[in-house]
Amino acid sequence: MCDVVIAGIGQVPVGEHWGVPLRTLAARAMLAAQRDAGGLKPQALYVGNLLSPVVSHQSNLGTLLADNAGMSGIEAFTVEAAEASGAGALRAGYLAVLSGYVDVAMVVGVEKFTDAVGPVIEGAMSETMDYDFEATNGLTPTAAAAMVMRLYMQTYDLPSDGLAGFPVLAHENALNNPNAYFRRALTREGYARAAMLSTPLNLYDKAPYADGAAAVILTRPDRLKKALEHPLVQVRGSGAAIDTLALHDRHDPLAFHAAVVAIQNACRHAGILPADVQVFELSDNFSVYAALCLEAGGFAQRGAGWKLANGDELSLKGRLPVCTMGGMKARGNPAGASGVYQVVEACLQLRGEAGANQVRDARRALTLCLGGPASTAVCHVLQTWQ
Amino acid sequence: MEVPRYWRLQKQRYALVGEICPHCQVKIFPPRDVCPECGGEAKQPFSFSGKGTVFSFTTMYDAPKGFEMNTPYTVALVKLEEGPVVTAQLTDLGEQPVEIGMPVEMVTRRIREDEEDKGIIVYGYKFRPVMAGTH
Repeated sequence: MCDVVIAGIGQVPVGEHWGVPLRTLAARAMLAAQRDAGGLKPQALYVGNLLSPVVSHQSNLGTLLADNAGMSGIEAFTVEAAEASGAGALRAGYLAVLSGYVDVAMVVGVEKFTDAVGPVIEGAMSETMDYDFEATNGLTPTAAAAMVMRLYMQTYDLPSDGLAGFPVLAHENALNNPNAYFRRALTREGYARAAMLSTPLNLYDKAPYADGAAAVILTRPDRLKKALEHPLVQVRGSGAAIDTLALHDRHDPLAFHAAVVAIQNACRHAGILPADVQVFELSDNFSVYAALCLEAGGFAQRGAGWKLANGDELSLKGRLPVCTMGGMKARGNPAGASGVYQVVEACLQLRGEAGANQVRDARRALTLCLGGPASTAVCHVLQTWQ
Repeated sequence: MEVPRYWRLQKQRYALVGEICPHCQVKIFPPRDVCPECGGEAKQPFSFSGKGTVFSFTTMYDAPKGFEMNTPYTVALVKLEEGPVVTAQLTDLGEQPVEIGMPVEMVTRRIREDEEDKGIIVYGYKFRPVMAGTH
């Protein structure tokens, strides 16, 4: 098999881009990635997006985004896998280049939340669940996470602020990320005072939905005509798996089985163990999911993932830095784009470009992106290419 | 909710009609085309008793469209006597605190406001605490 490398990365600051249309949001990230790749022209565009058909009333984003960015004539389509859409698009792009059918592929994750507000957004996000038997009874992804959180806290006997370590760490890491939505610190006291969104889940247990776009360019090293100014990052492994769509159909809702399988497959593909990485960009869209991601990767025993966030192990200088640029919680959660943001941030670490948040000697990273309560899981192993 | 969807889901929403697998006898709700336990095709209807216990629950303060008038409301995973777990709102709670393991029973209730004035009032299953002395 040939090596597949990330030749360029691009991202826009996550936030509320009321005045920027979806196509322009995407174009900014796409063109930044293309510049970073020395102007490399893609033959294919894979789009990760979740909400556009519902919130922006816009389908066929592949064509729209390629057309708008002056890429007429190329292959382009959307990959949708709930909040894992961006990671799914990356896998599509990776497989395309790996297969040899595509020499240069662009992957863009884009999400435009601010075309709607409040109940419309909660309703749109609910469509990622079983519509007939979850959404029509008033359940939302937030409420599903809250029920997982209650089970987790009761089963493993957590104190009421047992999961606070995850948002506190994310906010700390976002302070130095110019692309983060929330660049301010959070204290445990602040967490304890926060309003309930869906008991026992509070405002800080949920990553805020926001607009964003991130892009990467994938190619084979021999396709690069000239050396780039930055190191290349290799996509070394890729894995994806599903579980039941509905939470109610799980025998064990606290076992993120799809995440376990996706991580195992990506690591086997890469010929490594999860413990062989220096950075782990996980899904902290809900704080309890961050704990379950750590357990799925074998970084903690079942029921012990939350304890890692209460020490220094997950901080930038710790044994396993996570959410190094603020994670979904503080960088912001542009749903279908989040999986691409994770990869862009892992590339910054592996290229030595993470600034004040640089993890020392970062050579290999794991990214894990979940759709729903690990109804879908997509995992990638990235490493510096030599 | 769209008229065809409402019509199509009536048996499930009004009477908790699921399936019993003809191959391994496992009871299934909501209905599926393939039995999750044995992999055989499942299509034999089975009516659930509507009795169960709370497996997990949450009280929601941010509602999706169509449910704004109901907040806060409580949604639960209810483990039915026959085995499957369903997602449903809890109702008739009064001042009673909800707990995991609490016995509940199905009732038919108005589920949501009509959207876009199509004139449909959406009814379906909710679960209420089992009344003391009724069992």
